[in-house]
This record gives sequence, C-alpha cells and structure tokens, in this order.
Amino acid sequence: MRAELSEIDASIRFSALYFVISATFWLMIGTVLALITAYQSHESSFLAGCEYMTFGRLYPASINAMVFGWGNNAVFAIGLWIMARLCRTPICNSALLIVAGLFWNLGLSVGLVGIFAGDLTSVALLELPGYATALLLFSYALIGAWGILAFSVRKGQGAYVAQWYILAALFWFPWIYAIAQFLVVWFPARGVVQSITSTWYAYNLQNLWLTPMALGAAFYVIPKVLGRPIHSYYLSVLGFTSLALLGSWTGMAHLTGGPVPIWMTTTGIVTAVMMVIPTVSVGLNLYLTVKGTSGHIWRSPALRFIMFGTFAFVVYSLIDSVIALPTLNEIVHFTRFSEGLDQTGVYGFFSMVMFGALYYMVPRLLKREWPSTALIYLHFWGSALGITVTVVALFVGGWFEGVQMNDATVPFLDIVQSTIPWLKARSIGAVLLALGHVAFAINFFWMLFATGSIRAKQGPTLLQSANQEGAA
Amino acid sequence: MKNLPLLFCGILIALASSFTGLVLSSYIQLGSLTQTTETLDESGNSVEGDPLFPAKVSGLAQQGKQVYVELGCAYCHTQQVRRAGYGSDVEREWGKRATVSRDYITQERVLIGTQRIGPDLTTTGERLADKAWHHQHLYNPKSTSEGKSTMPQYAFLYETREIEGAPSTKALQFDSGSEYAPEAGYEVVPTLRAEALVEYLLSLKLNYSLPEAPISE
Repeated sequence: MRAELSEIDASIRFSALYFVISATFWLMIGTVLALITAYQSHESSFLAGCEYMTFGRLYPASINAMVFGWGNNAVFAIGLWIMARLCRTPICNSALLIVAGLFWNLGLSVGLVGIFAGDLTSVALLELPGYATALLLFSYALIGAWGILAFSVRKGQGAYVAQWYILAALFWFPWIYAIAQFLVVWFPARGVVQSITSTWYAYNLQNLWLTPMALGAAFYVIPKVLGRPIHSYYLSVLGFTSLALLGSWTGMAHLTGGPVPIWMTTTGIVTAVMMVIPTVSVGLNLYLTVKGTSGHIWRSPALRFIMFGTFAFVVYSLIDSVIALPTLNEIVHFTRFSEGLDQTGVYGFFSMVMFGALYYMVPRLLKREWPSTALIYLHFWGSALGITVTVVALFVGGWFEGVQMNDATVPFLDIVQSTIPWLKARSIGAVLLALGHVAFAINFFWMLFATGSIRAKQGPTLLQSANQEGAA
Repeated sequence: MKNLPLLFCGILIALASSFTGLVLSSYIQLGSLTQTTETLDESGNSVEGDPLFPAKVSGLAQQGKQVYVELGCAYCHTQQVRRAGYGSDVEREWGKRATVSRDYITQERVLIGTQRIGPDLTTTGERLADKAWHHQHLYNPKSTSEGKSTMPQYAFLYETREIEGAPSTKALQFDSGSEYAPEAGYEVVPTLRAEALVEYLLSLKLNYSLPEAPISE
C-alpha cells in the first residue's frame, strides 16, 4: 500500500509541484496588491496619480490573483493529488498537465495585465477580459479532465467522501465559469440578466468550487493524520447532498431589494437559511472525527490550519444564512460587512484549509521535511491573527456603517469618516497576513532547494502542543 | 458511496436545476423586456406618440460609461434604488422610486453594484446637475467635500498646462487661494475622457415612471 502510494506520488510529483510553485507566486503578488488596496481604502491619495495603480484597478487585480492564481493553482495541486491517491492510479502524461498549467498561468497573466490596462469588465470575479478567459477555459478543460479520467480508471469499488467533493467540483467549475463568460463577458445578456447570472456565478464559485475543494481536502487529510475514519458516513452523505442541492441557489439572497423579480430573492433567502443543514452536518462530522485529539491537532501543522479553516467554514456559513434574513440584510447589504464575510469564506476557510493540505502534501512529494518550525509558527499566527483582525474590523465597522446608512439624517460623508478607524485596523490585519505568507514562501522555497542538512532531516516537522508552547 | 451513477446524476442535476431555475428562467422572463411608455392604454399596450422609457443615452455618455467601467467605479458605487421602507435609499433622495428590471435594458454593461463605499449614482444627473461641480469633484474629491471624501483623485483625467493667450473656457475654476488650484499661470482642463465621464454621470436619471414602477407624488 505504502509502495503504491509512493509510486502515485512520484507520477504526479512534478506537475503538483509546478502548481504549488505557481500558487505561491500568485499568493505573493496577491498579497502585495491586497496590502496596497487595504492602505488605499483609508489613504485615498496613495498612488492615485497613476491610472494603473488606482483602487479600481488594483482591487479587482488582487482578487483575481488570489482566487484564480493562488486558489485555483492550489486546488489543481491538492485536488488532483488527492484524487490520484484515492483512485490508486498513477497519473500518466504528467508533462501534458504541466503544459495545461502553463496555459492557465499565461491566461491569468494576460488577463491581469488587461485589468491594469483598463480592459476589465468591472463585474465581480469576472473582471478578466474575454480574450484571457478563453485561454483559461481551454486550460481548465485539460486540467479538470485529468481528475475525471483518474476517477474513471480508479481501482476499488466505491468512492470516498473526499472524492465526491472533488469530482463534483471538477464538473461544476467549468459549467458556471462558461455560462458566466457567455452571458456576461462575451455576449452580454440584456439588462439585469447580467447581474443575476454574475451573482449566481460568484456565489457558486464559493459554494460549488472553493468550498467543495476545501472540504474534500479536509475530509482526506484529517483522517490520514489522525489515523481514524470519518465519524459518520450518514452525516457525510447529508452534508454533501444538501450542499449540492442548496449551494447554487443561495447567491440570490445577496440581490434582496434589487431590481430583480421578488420570487428570485425569496428563493435565495429560503435556500440560504436551509444551508444550515450542510454547515451543521459537515461541521459536526469533522468535530466528532477529531474529538479528543486536541494535542494532536495542535502539534500537526496540517491539522492546525485545517481545523482553523473548518471553524471558519462554520462561522462563514452560519453568518451567510443569518444575514439572508431581510431584517439583517437591510443593515449589512452594500456595507463592508459583506466584504468581511467574503474574506471569511475565501481566506479564513478555503485558504487556511489549502495551507494545511500543503503542509501535509509537499513533504510527501519532495520526500523531505519542512525546514523551519519557527516559520510555520509565524505563518500560522500571521494568517490566523491577520484574518481574525481583518474580519472583525470589517464585521464591526460594516455593521455600524449599515446602521448609520439606514438613518437618513446621518450625512453620507460622516459615515465615510467613521469607517476609517476600522479600515486602518483592516490594514493591520493585511500586514499580519503578508508576514504569514512571506514565512510560508520562504519555508517552501527553502525546502524545494534544500541542501544536505535539510534533506537529511528525519521525522515530520511537528509543532509543540498548546501547553508546551505556552511554557516555552 | 457505492451507487456511482446516482452520484454522477446528482452532481449534474443539482447544478442543472439552479441553472434552469435562475439563469434560464430570468433570461426568458427578463431577456425580452422592451422600452415602453410611462402609462399603458386599456389593452395594455404602450400609448402611441408618448416617449419611450428608459431612454437611450447620447454617444458621448456611452463613451463615459466605458470610462466608468475602465476605472472600476462600480467597486464603490451602486446603481440601484431599493423601495421606500427598505433601507434609506428613498429618504436619502437617491431616487423617487425603486429601480426595476426594465430600467436597465438599454445598458450594454449592467453594473448594479454591491458596495456603497460611495453613494448610489442612479440619479446623479438629477441631484447634481452642475457640470463644473463634477469636474472639480473628479479632479480632487476632497475639494468638494471639505476634505472628508475617501474617493481617489482622478487628476490624470485632466491636463494641467501653461496658459497661452486667453484661458480656456473649459478650465476648472478654483476659489482664490484654494489649496487645490494649480500654480499661477497654469490651468486645469478636462481631457475627452473626463468630459465623457461627466456627460455619463449627468445622464443618470430616474425621473420617469414605468407602468410597473410609477413615481408616486
């Protein structure tokens, strides 16, 4: 079994590493752009003299670098690797996979240059100009096919929970992306059909792409590290099917009060509230799986990140369900609260789980250990504190913003002024995140180009458990 | 899961249902909306001879919309008004009525927006009809907001040049001693992009009724 896994790892080593290296590069670019935009949000004159560096260009560029550069490359590495391992089939022609990956990064680079040059569409998560996205879809067709092919030639009977999520997401992503390209970017539909389609797409990108990929990774890595099975098969089935059935409807709740048919937003609200079912069943299932192993979780870098991400998933989904209710939506809609919620889902949940999965995967690909424990600490605390500060600042600041906004006697410019302290707090969060990301990048490249002493290091790099760390 | 055909069908049907229910059905319901008159006759048709709404905007305003898209204005500004009683959109005089689907059918790129870092712009052309104000504001938003605005300066849409002969009639007027004014002997004139953008902002109006969304006096 171990020999078989090692053979599979060897077959996918170069392509998976290629995706991890790409993801790390994009993470660095996205981090720098996010730092600048966070600062610009309270110091509006920063870099305002240069058209290419204005907030309206940098903000979409940072989001796209993070989601499609860091996020998708990480998904390609981790998703395909887990798929290959669980299907117990070595990947063939992995060189071709690298070529597909090159096209992905080429398409994204062209697209980002397009955004800087002013070719953006200004539609959230669809900013990349149409000429770049054609390249991305073509590249994805090759990459996604690999995962699906691996599944079709798998050994063994059934399929594991992680495989359900990854296989489903591999089908869902090209579907939502192609529809959005056709109806919004390439051949824009009439009127608000564009807004409805782009909202449907944007929340599906979270619920049907990032979320299932991160859950797939969590459902794979947690049992592997702990050496115990997922607590409940039935909770797994319930969690997966309810996410699949409800996840793609909830986005419409974010159009409440907008110029769209009422039945549409009502459907969004109902399904968003029902999303409590997958949230609770997944959260409970993972909690019961790790119950009683807190020392273990704290010592394993992979589990530390993944359990943080799981917690953020529950927080993200529950808040998303609650703010769909019109009384609360009325307050937080159009405020920075919603930005805080997006950050919770994309970073607090998805990215943290991806980091955890990388801490587990990369040593197995390279057959060597992470060189520095200190850098892992720095990464974890930078990311964990950074995202917490960011999200709390946006939640609290956004809530007050919404309350003031609904009181027409408060002048608009006073609201603008009162959000500034919260935006400064968010900038502190962005600095902490950047520190964490730099620590991760150094550790990763150090490991990649390791010299003798690192290569010779024996046994996994573990952190200290909670009480030891407190004493140290 | 042992029943793999069920898994495959489930994966496909799950998304197909929401695609049909939301995207396709909105395409069918809203994709064929046309311009109409403010009121309808008894048989439900538009009244012959009355102007059609929403009106189409001028060519210069359309170019301005392109500038609006290029600069990413929509990340901080919405263009939608919610009904009276839901939020304070109507009280803040961002519109006399809620916007409806038909209001957007003449726009090539629909940007209803998700963030109100700045105010809603649906009725900018009614609320702020002064062209000079818009140029001052775009050149430096702090100059029209007692320094309170956090909107970036779009000074790169303006040309600061030495005055040769008579000053340009298009030059921005600054109060004497204003900290935003250029040096003596220089003037700030809008580029074509700035003029187009202001034309677009002035074209943003919601001063007409629609059969499904009348303005109640």
